[in-house]
This record gives sequence, structure tokens and C-alpha cells, in this order.
Amino acid sequence: MVHIVVDPESEPFWAGLLVGELRLQRCAACQRAIFYPRSVCPHCFAADLSWFTAAGTGTVYSVTVPHRAFGEFAEQAPFIVALVDVDEGVRMMTRVLAEPGSVQIGDRVRLAPNSLGGAETGEPGSVYACFEPVG
Amino acid sequence: MTGRRRAAIAGVAESELGKTPHLTVLAQQVQASRAALAEAGLGRDDVDALFVAGNWSWSPAVALAEYLGIRPDYLDSTNIGGSSFEAHIGHAAAAIEAGMIDVALITYGSTQRSDRSRNQPRPATLTEQYDRPFGLPLPVGAYALAAARYQHEYGVSGAQLAEVAVSTRKWAQLNPVALHRDPLTVDEVLASPMICEPLHKLDCCLVTDGGGAVVLVAEDRWADLATRPVQVLGHGETTTHSTITNMPDLTVTGAARSGPRAMRAAGIDFADIDVLEIYDSFTITVLLTLESLGFCKPGEAADLFTEGHAAPGGRTPINTNGGGLSYTHPGMYGIFLLIEATRQLRHDYAATDPRRQVTDAEVALVHGTGGVLSSTSTVLLGRS
Ligand SMILES: [Zn+2]
Repeated sequence: MVHIVVDPESEPFWAGLLVGELRLQRCAACQRAIFYPRSVCPHCFAADLSWFTAAGTGTVYSVTVPHRAFGEFAEQAPFIVALVDVDEGVRMMTRVLAEPGSVQIGDRVRLAPNSLGGAETGEPGSVYACFEPVG
Repeated sequence: MTGRRRAAIAGVAESELGKTPHLTVLAQQVQASRAALAEAGLGRDDVDALFVAGNWSWSPAVALAEYLGIRPDYLDSTNIGGSSFEAHIGHAAAAIEAGMIDVALITYGSTQRSDRSRNQPRPATLTEQYDRPFGLPLPVGAYALAAARYQHEYGVSGAQLAEVAVSTRKWAQLNPVALHRDPLTVDEVLASPMICEPLHKLDCCLVTDGGGAVVLVAEDRWADLATRPVQVLGHGETTTHSTITNMPDLTVTGAARSGPRAMRAAGIDFADIDVLEIYDSFTITVLLTLESLGFCKPGEAADLFTEGHAAPGGRTPINTNGGGLSYTHPGMYGIFLLIEATRQLRHDYAATDPRRQVTDAEVALVHGTGGVLSSTSTVLLGRS
């Protein structure tokens, strides 16, 4: 699997996934949710950000199925990669754990943390923010 | 426009293209630079500014200056992806206008096809760590996500995307150095292997080696040139995102900003444009660009291709060299757009192949796209 270099900004996000939570930041100044984790609000440039746990649900904004992939992913293709609009107002890339072809734009999905075949080390960066179809 | 010190392209050249394992990335740039300067009637020591984009050195402009044996007093290694060279044109034209430089050499080289030992596993750091775990092949996967959303919003079919590749191939058939010159049909595009839904193999650009060079000269020197100068009329560049996850709207590129800025600077309307050279990393790139520029209404750009307007003999010629889809695509393709637009505006093909020459071409729109639809740069060029 990809070696994730966890850093001080990303550590709470990765730690949340280990316990099944989608942790995001919120800006105290403009109240908007933020992803990816950072040290400044990309909406208003304020720096007073705090962590909260999102519901972990969202809607598929776009989706593709790679039929060829590289490196450690070559043997996993075909699989579903989507951009999900999380209900709290951020967009994330994800793997949707479902049969290729079964997920469409507009579908509802929910968080389903998964190591995607990598070692389950219990360390931050070893479990990823995958999603699965709702219902 | 009056009173500005104007800039014009005085010479252009490609290096050997295709698969060139006998050439280093430096040798390609020497080939192209020597040819472009010779065409302009200039020598190495006329160059006082060097613009180079690439990933092969910590500072490509510094490294190439040493290799060429020059000491330019103006250096620019700006790398915003495939659109870098349109950005270089804007930067160099501004430096010429300001009186800082007289002769700028812009170069590119790539050995990506011969190298092909890419995709070495490397750690995912900083902003890469959030997307990399999911294994999306890049750049194609990002463009596939844009294509899927575009199809969803506007009901555009895979066959309509394929029409871009088919039209572009018709131009490639007129270009002796294009890699793919066989006729191509929509059915053949749709029957080519699926790479990343909805993009098939023939929706994707080539992977080749190659290099190019462009020489930009201040108007004080135009009288000395061996070529008819092609004037820089306007330029705009911007960025909207780095990773595809952070693209605000997958159907609108930075062309919506860089295009109008370039058009305003040039004082040009769409009706004035005779030929368009649009970065075609993928078929979807061309449609999104034409619509984001405002050249076509949202969801309607494919009509230019299905109705034959973009093909040879059409009223809106697009990608007249055969494009990244059929001619060549050594990683960062933007310099080849400038080379082709210059040749069209000089009417270079009028004698050699009139079918390829856009009749009475006076104004060209050149548009580069870099990264994963991440950066754009638009240049308007005019026959002087
Ligand atoms: Zn804010």
C-alpha cells in the first residue's frame, strides 16, 4: 500500500479512521467545514480551526472505474473511485466498496474505513476513508 | 496597445519525436533550440533570457544554461504543468515590454517514453496523502472523473467525446511527423480498451519522447529576423486547484479566467479567431476548454467536431497538427501548441501542403492546460 507520511496536521484525521470516525476541521470565523486538514481556512484565511466528527454520510459527485492501475493497485483493478460530497460540506476522494458499475453520480454513501488490503498495523495512515453504498 | 514594446515569435522547432533513446533530455533541447534560433536568423549569444520547464533538474533553466554555454541575465523555470510554455510566453512578453530582455529562448524536452520506469512507489506526503491511498491512476483518472460529471450534467455521449479524437486524427493525417496517421472512426475509439471509465485508450494522448523550442524577440530586433514575426497579442494564466478533489466544478476549467484575460489584453473577439490550438491531453480536455473559454455554450462543444467544423476544411480549425492525441505528447505538450500556431500564422504550409494550411489565418488562440485540469494559460497570437 501507499506509505502515508502522517504529519501534525493530518494526524487527527488518520487517528479518527482507526476508530471508525470521519474527523474534519471547522473554521471558527466562517463556520465552514474544511478538508483536507490544514493550518488555515481556505475560505476566509482565518487560522482558528477545530476538529469535529462528521456524520460520515455523503453523495457521489463523480465516479470512475479504472480498468488499469499501477503499482500495488494493479491487481485490484477494476475498482470504484469516487468524489463524494460529504454532508457537512466538503469533498473527498474515496474508494467505494461495491461492485464496479453499481455506483452512479447522486448515489448516497457512508463511511466504511478500510485498509484496502494493506497491513492492519493499528497506526494512523493504515486505514483509509473508504465509503460504501447506503441501503 | 500603442506605446508598448511588442514581442513576437521569431523561430520555432521540434526535436526528433516519438521514441528517441539516443537523445538525452538536454540533447533534445539543443536540437530544438539550434533549429529555432537558426530559423529566426539569430545566434546563441543573442539569447538573454531562458525559460525552461521540466522535472529533470532542481532548476531546469540553470542546468540548461550551463549545458548550452550561455549566461542569461533572466531565468524562469516556472512549471505549472503542460501549460507552462504559454505562461512563459506571457512572462517573456512582459519582460520584453518592460525593456528587461530582447531575446527569450523557451525550451522543453522529455524522454518519458524511453524512460518508462515511472510509477516507482514513493511515500505520500503533504496534500498527496488524502488521495493516493485509493489508487486512482493519474492523470487519466482525474480527467475520467471530470468526463463522467460532464456527461452526467449535459448528456454528452462517449461517441461525442470520441469525435474529438476522430477530427484530430484527420489533421494528423496531414502532418508527416505525426505518430498516428491512419484513418480513425468513432467506433474504433469506442472499441479501444477502457482505461478509466468513461475514457477509452483512444480518448487519451500519446506517450512519446520529444522536445521543442520557441524564440521570442522584442520589436526592435524584428527587422533583423529571417522569419515573419508572429506577434503576442495577449496572455492570461491561472490555477483553480492542484488535486482533482479540489477542483471547484469538474466541468469548468481555469480557461474561464485565463481566456477572457488574454482576449481583453489582445482586444480580440471570438469572431476574429481563425485557428485554435487547444491542449488535448484527453478528448474531454478539449470540450471543457472550449466551453470554459466561452467559445461554445456549456454542453455544446462536441458539435464543432460532430459537424466537421474543427476538421481540415472546417470553419473552426482545431488542433491542426494532430494534437497530443495523434501527433506527439511528451509529457508537457504546451510548447507544441505554440509551434503549430506560429507555423499556421506564417502560412508555412501554403506551399508544402495547402490542405493543412488554414486559409488566410491571421489570429490564433493557443490554450495550455496543466496538471489535472489544474492550471491554464491562454495566448493570442497574430500574423504581423
Ligand atoms: Zn473560514
